[in-house]
This record gives sequence, structure tokens and C-alpha cells, in this order.
Amino acid sequence: MTEFLQQLINGISLGAIFALIALGYTMVYGVLRFINFAHSDVFMVGAYVGYYIGQHVPEHTIWGGTLALVGSMAVCAILGIVMERLAYRPLRGAPTLNVLITAIGMSLLLQNLGQYFFGATPRPYPELFPVTNYQFGGLVISSSQLAVIGVTLGLLIVLRFIVLKTKIGTAMRAVSLNPKAASLVGININVVIAFTFGLGSALAAAGGVLYALNYPSIDPLMGTLPGLKAFVAAVLGGIGNIPGAALGGLLLGIVETFVNGSQWSTYKDAIAFAVLIIILLFRPAGLLGRFTVEKV
Amino acid sequence: MPRPHLALLATLLAAYGIFALSDRIDPYHLDVLVGIGINIILAVSLNLVNGYTGQFSLGHAGFMSVGAYLSAAVTMFLGPKLLGESGGTALAQNSLFLAALVAGGLSAAFAGLLVGIPSLRLKGDYLAIVTLGFGEIIRVIIQNFEPLGGALGLNGIPACTNIFWVLAFAAVTVFTVTCLVHSTYGRGFLAVKDDEISAEAIGLDTTRYKIVAFVVGAFFAGIAGGLYGHFKQTISPGGFDFNRSIEIVVMVILGGMGNTIGVILAAILLTLLPEVLRPVAEYRMILYSFLLIVLMIARPQGLFNFHFWKPKS
Repeated sequence: MTEFLQQLINGISLGAIFALIALGYTMVYGVLRFINFAHSDVFMVGAYVGYYIGQHVPEHTIWGGTLALVGSMAVCAILGIVMERLAYRPLRGAPTLNVLITAIGMSLLLQNLGQYFFGATPRPYPELFPVTNYQFGGLVISSSQLAVIGVTLGLLIVLRFIVLKTKIGTAMRAVSLNPKAASLVGININVVIAFTFGLGSALAAAGGVLYALNYPSIDPLMGTLPGLKAFVAAVLGGIGNIPGAALGGLLLGIVETFVNGSQWSTYKDAIAFAVLIIILLFRPAGLLGRFTVEKV
Repeated sequence: MPRPHLALLATLLAAYGIFALSDRIDPYHLDVLVGIGINIILAVSLNLVNGYTGQFSLGHAGFMSVGAYLSAAVTMFLGPKLLGESGGTALAQNSLFLAALVAGGLSAAFAGLLVGIPSLRLKGDYLAIVTLGFGEIIRVIIQNFEPLGGALGLNGIPACTNIFWVLAFAAVTVFTVTCLVHSTYGRGFLAVKDDEISAEAIGLDTTRYKIVAFVVGAFFAGIAGGLYGHFKQTISPGGFDFNRSIEIVVMVILGGMGNTIGVILAAILLTLLPEVLRPVAEYRMILYSFLLIVLMIARPQGLFNFHFWKPKS
């Protein structure tokens, strides 16, 4: 039982990171209907920005860690907006495949620029937050796991507030429902899309820093696998659906952690996709997605 | 294309001619040529699925790996039993290799059928991610399958691939896909791509068309995998990952979806590009990805697609 609970906690903290990345995928899909493959590399850039800020703030302090987290979120938000402006906006209205290939190109570009500027060798990650292990009965929770869960929960609440209560959030929902109608009622679509990219990229950056804290080495290709899995999480929850992404991320993190602890651990990279395929067979629009019948 | 059979025959003869002269060709150029041929097979077969039928598949490398592993297993484990210690005559060796390639292709086609039946109910992005998932699952299964070398891969595959086999199979692939798409039956692929609902309304079995496209595409991917394995003589699961699939998709899109000539040209260009950029190896991938973005913005209909194409409103 203790082991089960321990695995559950580990799973939730991994799932929280998947959820943070998945939110970016899902929000961009919601407003633009395309898969932003470069999102997983924004996650990587986020981890590196956190690394460089971490060099200049004292380690093991709450404010230092927060500064690295917020700084990397800000830098990546700008990166996301610039990316959208330069690469994706010229292709608005082009067939999905072209935008997809551009996104893949963007992903490759970030990875290779990363290898050029950051170096290809993995680097140890500084311990930004104070490190202690809390014991509850037989359970061990590390402070970085707590940080992951706490920060994710906080960001989810902020995101929910933005999407449901603010003017820009209402605009985002309007654009995702019907872009043409939204622009007819006076919503500036470009601003909304740029904002969505910024928000999603900031969440990915937070995910990157938190991921690096738990798996203490980073390299320019680190984003690929977590990015793919987070994307799977977004599809699992029903892509375009914000609570769905969080749910999918958690589910995936928990399943993967349990598989990792079992005799099937070498198959753990395939599990995410197996879960996805099984769920899509029964619910072709994801767990919380609405299945729409195409009309002529 | 007028008289496709004659064109096929001429290409096969030319392939044999190049093979006969291959002693006089620089080995480096020969290697590049083999790489081009393999990429043409992959890109043209994926074009049937992505370009002509409009089903976005991201798992082509997975099918390639099935073919590569199975055909390597045939020549490595079955070959010595069939041919004996001496290795047999050249004819026997070549027929064994041909049989191995076809076996690899058939097993990949079977994998395509297994993947296709459940996933082709899905559309667009969902289909893309499921095919990607299947590709990854195939890779992880091979990684955990010790008889085929597991994560370390399979080494010491006999070097059966030569320029004749590669060019001949490239020609057969192009021939098959072209004839299939231009046949009465094959018009259905285009119909499924253009408008699935009206295709269904005029009585086409759209699911069947999608599965046929998928299976034929996977078959040739398997053949390409077999050729690749017997060319490199060593294969590992990591060589057939997501990035390999992406490379093939890029060839199809740069060539112009559903334009076989364009896709062939794009396959040639994208195989040569890394070789040309070798002097600036450090910036090679940066340039490559940058060019990809610029091309998509500047020529969204593909590099070699000279038809005017209208975006769907």
C-alpha cells in the first residue's frame, strides 16, 4: 500500500509536468487548429533559461528559484510570440500540412540552435529550490516534487481565471469557437493568437524548469520525448479542451510511473501511445472532447 | 504518363546499365545514389497515402523498420540453411535476397493492415498522432526483442544491396503508384482526398480505399527498409524513429502532395542537400531547418509543383 501511494505521488508529479506542456499544445490547437511541434523545444529553452538565471541567483532559496521560474516563463513567452509572428502568421489560412511542416522546421531549428549555443553535452541542473525530503509514515516526498505539484496547481488556477474571467480569455474562447465570427464582433484575432502563444510558451517554460529540477540534467534534445507524451496527453483529454489536457497529463504521468515500477519498465515509452490508441478507439475525440459529426 | 510499361522497362535497363558500369563509378557517388533510390521508394510510397489519398501518416519509418528487420532475419538466419556453407551461386544469393525483400515488404504490409484497420476511423491530426504512436510502439517492441539484437541492433547483415536492386525497386514503386492512381479503381484515392463525403455518397468504400493505400504504402516502405538494411549492414531501432518519418513527410510535402515527379525530385534534393552542406557541417541542420520554414512560407504548394493550386476556402 505504501509503495502504491509512493508511486501515485511520483506519478502525479510527473503528470503535472506533462499537464503543463499539454496545456500549451491544447490552447494553440484551440485557437489555430494546428499542432505546434516546436512547443517541446520551447520547453527545452525554458529549462536552459532557468539554468542560466540559476547561475546568478543563490541556490536553495525560495526567491531564487521563483526568480528563475518567472524569468524563464517571461523569456519563453516572448519567444513564443516571436515564433508565431515570424513563422506561423504568414501561413494563416494555408493547408494544415504546411503549417505542420513549418512547426516541425521550427522545432528542428530550435533544437539545432540549442546545440550550437548551449552545446550538445548534457549539463547538471542547479538545485534552485531548497532540497529536503519530507517523510509521512513510509512515504517520501521531495521538496522539488512538492514544488512541481504546487506550482502546477497555482498555474492551473491562474489559467482558469484568465480563460474564464478576463476579457482576453473570453476572446480566446470566442476565437476557438469561430474565428470569423469573433473578428466580426471586433476581436483582434492577431492579438488573441499572440497572447495564446505567449501563455502556452510560458507554461511550457515552467514545465521545463520543473522537469529539470526532478531529472537533474538537461540537453538540447531533452524536449522531444516529454513533448510527444504531453502532446499525447492533450489528445487523450480531447485536444482543444483545457481541463482535458490537465486530466490527460495526470493520467499519463501516473500510468507511466506505474509501468516504470513494474517488470514492463522497458516498454514505458510505448505505453503512452498504447493508452492513446486504446482510448481513441472508444472515444475518437478524446476523453473530454466533443465528437462532432461532419455535415455537408 | 504515356506508355508506363515502356518507361519501366527503360528504367530497369538503365539501372542494369549503371550496375554494369558500377566498377568505374566513384564508390562515394554510388553510395549517394543508393541513398537517393531508397529515399525515392520511401517518399513515393508515402505519397500514395499522404498525397493521393489525403491521409496524414507519420509512421512510415515504423513500417520501414519492420521490413528491414524481417528481411535481414531472412538473409541472416534462413540464408545459411538454404544456401549451405558455400554460400551458393550468385543467382541463388540474389533470389534469396529478392525473397527476403518481398518477405520484408509483405510483413510491413501486414503491419500496415493491423495499424490501418483501427486507426483509419480517425481523421486529420488524430490519425497523424496515432500513426506516430504506432511507429513508436513498433520501435519499442523491436528494442525489447532480444533475438533481433534488442536496443543494440542487428549487425553483420550481408551486403546484398547494390545499385541495380535499388534503382529497379525505385522504378517498380514509381510504376506501381502511378498506374494504381491512374487506373479506374485508383481514381477513388483522389476522390477520398478531395471530398470524403461525396466519395461516400457516390458509393465508394472510402475505408477500403484508405486501407489499400496504407497497405501498399507500407509494403514499399518495407522493401525500402530491406534495401537499407542490406546496404548499411547494420540496423538499430533508433534509426527508425520519429525523425526518420518526418524526413520522408518533408520530401512528400516539398515535392508537392500527390505529384510523383515532384516528390522524386524532392527526394533527390533532400538526399543531396546534407552532402552538399558537408563543408559547413556545424551549421548544416540549422540551415536545413531554416530553409524548411522559408520554403513553406514562400512556396506552400511544394517546391516542384508548378500547377496553380487554390487554397480551400
